[in-house]
Amino acid sequence: MYNFEFEKPSTIADAVASLAEEDVLALGGGQTLLPTMKQRLASPSKVVSLKAIAEMQGICVADDGSVCIGGTTTHAEVASGEEVFPGLAALAGGIGDPAVRARGTIGGSLANNDPAACYPAAALGAGATIVTNARHIAADDYFQGMFTTALEEGEIITEVRFPIPEASNYQKFEQPASRFALVGVFVAKVADGVRVAVTGASEDGVFRWSEAETALSTNFTAGAIAELTLSEDGMISDLHGTGAYRAHLVGVLTRRAVAAAS
Amino acid sequence: MPKDHGIGASPKRREDVRFLSGTGNYTDDIQINGQAYVHFLRSDIAHAKIRSIDTTAAAAMPGVVRIFTGADFEGIGGIPCGWQVTDRHGEPMQEPAHPVLAQGKVRYVGDQIAAVVADTIEQARDAAEAIDVDLEELPAVVDMKAALEESAPKVHDDLTSNLCYDWGFVEENKPAVDAAFEAAAHVTTLELRNNRLIANPMEPRVAIGDFNRATGDSTLYTTSQNPHVIRLLMGAFVLGIPEHKLRVVAPDVGGGFGTKIFHYAEEAFCTFAAKSLNRAVKWTSTRSEAFISDAHGRDHVTKIELALDADNNFTALRTDTHANMGAYLSTFAPSVPTWLHGTLMAGNYKTPLIYVNVKAVFTNTVPVDAYRGAGRPEATYQLERLIDKAALELGVDPIALRRQNFITEFPYATPVAVEYDTGDYHGTMDALECMADISGFEARRKESEARGKLRGFGVNCYIEACGIAPSNLVGQLGARAGLYESATVRVNATGGIVVMTGSHSHGQGHETSFPQVIAEMIGIDESMVEIEHGDTANTPMGMGTYGSRSIAVGGSAMVRATEKIIAKAKKIAAHLMEASEADIELKDGAFSVAGTDKSVAWGDVTLAAYVPHNYPLEDIEPGLEETAFYDPANFTYPSGAYACEVEVDPDTGKVTIEAFNAADDFGNIINPMIVDGQVHGGIGQGIGQALLENASYDENGQLLSASYMDYAMPRASDVPFFGVDHSSQTPCTHNPLGVKGCGEAGAIGSPPAVVNAVVDALRSGGHDVTHIDMPVSPSRVWQAMNG
Repeated sequence: MYNFEFEKPSTIADAVASLAEEDVLALGGGQTLLPTMKQRLASPSKVVSLKAIAEMQGICVADDGSVCIGGTTTHAEVASGEEVFPGLAALAGGIGDPAVRARGTIGGSLANNDPAACYPAAALGAGATIVTNARHIAADDYFQGMFTTALEEGEIITEVRFPIPEASNYQKFEQPASRFALVGVFVAKVADGVRVAVTGASEDGVFRWSEAETALSTNFTAGAIAELTLSEDGMISDLHGTGAYRAHLVGVLTRRAVAAAS
Repeated sequence: MPKDHGIGASPKRREDVRFLSGTGNYTDDIQINGQAYVHFLRSDIAHAKIRSIDTTAAAAMPGVVRIFTGADFEGIGGIPCGWQVTDRHGEPMQEPAHPVLAQGKVRYVGDQIAAVVADTIEQARDAAEAIDVDLEELPAVVDMKAALEESAPKVHDDLTSNLCYDWGFVEENKPAVDAAFEAAAHVTTLELRNNRLIANPMEPRVAIGDFNRATGDSTLYTTSQNPHVIRLLMGAFVLGIPEHKLRVVAPDVGGGFGTKIFHYAEEAFCTFAAKSLNRAVKWTSTRSEAFISDAHGRDHVTKIELALDADNNFTALRTDTHANMGAYLSTFAPSVPTWLHGTLMAGNYKTPLIYVNVKAVFTNTVPVDAYRGAGRPEATYQLERLIDKAALELGVDPIALRRQNFITEFPYATPVAVEYDTGDYHGTMDALECMADISGFEARRKESEARGKLRGFGVNCYIEACGIAPSNLVGQLGARAGLYESATVRVNATGGIVVMTGSHSHGQGHETSFPQVIAEMIGIDESMVEIEHGDTANTPMGMGTYGSRSIAVGGSAMVRATEKIIAKAKKIAAHLMEASEADIELKDGAFSVAGTDKSVAWGDVTLAAYVPHNYPLEDIEPGLEETAFYDPANFTYPSGAYACEVEVDPDTGKVTIEAFNAADDFGNIINPMIVDGQVHGGIGQGIGQALLENASYDENGQLLSASYMDYAMPRASDVPFFGVDHSSQTPCTHNPLGVKGCGEAGAIGSPPAVVNAVVDALRSGGHDVTHIDMPVSPSRVWQAMNG
């Protein structure tokens, strides 16, 4: 790790001001940034922790019924909210291990947009809104490829709003070493249909499987997509599985998620 | 009634109190006043010519003490290899130079280019980034068979090829073996890979060199399983420091699994630099560094064939193996695919004719050496997979086929040059069949199928050669060291005992089990005995801990030394009681005169030895301290039968281990609880190899699985509760304790059972699968099911 300055502002405004400087990075739970800095693969001159900003913490239910999760809310806190949004709580409870869940934050995960992370599947699958210091971004517009998002330089995720689906479920098939998602599928039955978001599988990061959504919107059963397959084109192929294997798993996990949710 | 004391009792491990309470003393815990830190600049290219190294800018960076490169080690010995294999044609193996820091070329990702010594480790890392290294990248060789092609790039320009040796064993048997295959009623052939592993002990390697200007003495603190071996290799062959001017200390060691046997360049560097700089120099490996600098294990590619007669008797066995040596020869690397592998190819079976061919190959990868089991897991895996395949082809029960071919008469001289002293292979198989509830398997399979899962059952046997090793024999086989063990038993005036042993625990519990032996022999409480190990300054020359040798060889040395103690103590007791020495009996910590009520306590005798007022000084010396060196007459041959039951998810290919049972014959057992723990750990690592672990290189020599993000270690949730049985005990006939050793058995015996079970599960689902290479990962299983 190289030397760096450290700030821990207590307001969003102060954090945004600090992040406007050159070569500054925001720190959520540090589950990606700190290991990267330790390996000397990142060398910010200043790190701005968002953990002291009170208004970015915690979970509440908005007037329209959606769940609002502060950007620095930890996975462990989200995991404890079963009665509010069971599908999301279960997903959060399956991220990493207890130490990771005690530190890692939803805003950090979504800002990083790791192609094998779990939260992007929930945000895209549930049709969440990413709230930043500057604007509201629909999940459909937010994810722009692996490690790439609609966030501007210095923009921070202050809150994530999830409309609560009628039914939802997340199925993760773990990569044997990292236990990240080799493939993860979040299925949500919402008012105007069904959304299916897939993480871990594509070279373009999290994506919606529209053919499955169409089939499931008219018939929300696993059987409705029993014969549906996904092309292996553009799927990640690595030590832990080929593109064809990942494409196959997307089908298996989607059916399991539907079965678990319906 | 289980014993609560001495041999056969299970006292809790006394060392665990400090290990589990954070009060152990590991090498990295040692801080020497004024110590500097070294960071090694390692190659990120697998094969390159070093055009130039410019350290000017780096040397001027804050805190830098000195930067060393290969040029600083010209004229200084390289890292030696401890074993010379002679090839099929009677020629010695090709043995490349192995410099402490790279000279001229780098040969694997991780090879040390330069070493920066600075006041802090961060300063050393900063300066290393400022070193200007000009590397001319060369084509790398990674695949062993490709490395042997005429056109392959050479890892070592001064060798004739990338072939280290082409070994045939037993070469004279080859024509007879080939003839037996011609005459066979059935031949089963299997091609497989024994996957490359990285040991990953919990404690990464650490080395601290220190130099005392006043005395001219050097000290190396290091994470080693065998400090005396490091002292000899480094002192004599690398740095030219005689043993009496060099002390090697390995304090508490947090796991090794073989990878801390070897003498590494970092140890030599720190010792050398400390003397050059007159300042202690410390190196602590990061976990990332460990992946590319600790010796790797396994990595064999094998074709094995079994010939059977019309009655399904094994008539001959033939193997053709390529074994990866990596870029340089690590300390015992050449012995692993040969003498620790070829000699075990008979397994538990009376196959009369065996021929083993091994081609050891240099590649642009991290050096490969012994890892828990070392050669024996490779032998067991190929043989036990092959027998399952033969059973499949012949349509016979795999257990029955094994039983039919078991060796039943002992001693048994195998066609591969070793003599098994004892064993009871039907006995361990009987115990296993009972534990594994084979008769209930079909019902369990149906229950799995009802849930959409495939269930499989796999079994295998194993034999291993432990208690390494008879020095005369290994000398003939190319070892450049003896493999005896030593112990000094020091009895104090008030009766307490310190045993200084050349063995060195890196987690095996010697501090608990060794005192049990002495307590049994003398009849005193175990708390009166302490074990000292790990410091060449206060232990006799010993060869350390590996090859399941500590209790069999080190324990035997301790028994011999204790016998000398008892003999002398009896003389003293005879004098104290004015009796004949021949009439003295030792029982429960007291000496008595046979047929009388006269007795003296252990403490009275030990006090007399050190306060010799009423003492036969003309006949015996004062004091009570004895040393013994024990050289075993033969290897020991633990054996066993293991069974694994798996469930496979046919939709994803994921394998879960539902049950694992192990029946071992370790001969006599000192501490059954510790033995259970050794078997548990070994099976855990064996399951790791079978399902998860894989050191994978790309074609350019980049290690793809270079962190825990991609190298899958077994976790508690990956293994079931193990069934372990040691009731089958055929004591070793040639060591005084009748023990065989248990440290490696689990890792040797478990991988084939897992793969056999997975193949069985897939076949039950109608998939025509006869083999899957390890690790049997979900994607490989799915691939196997889907062509």
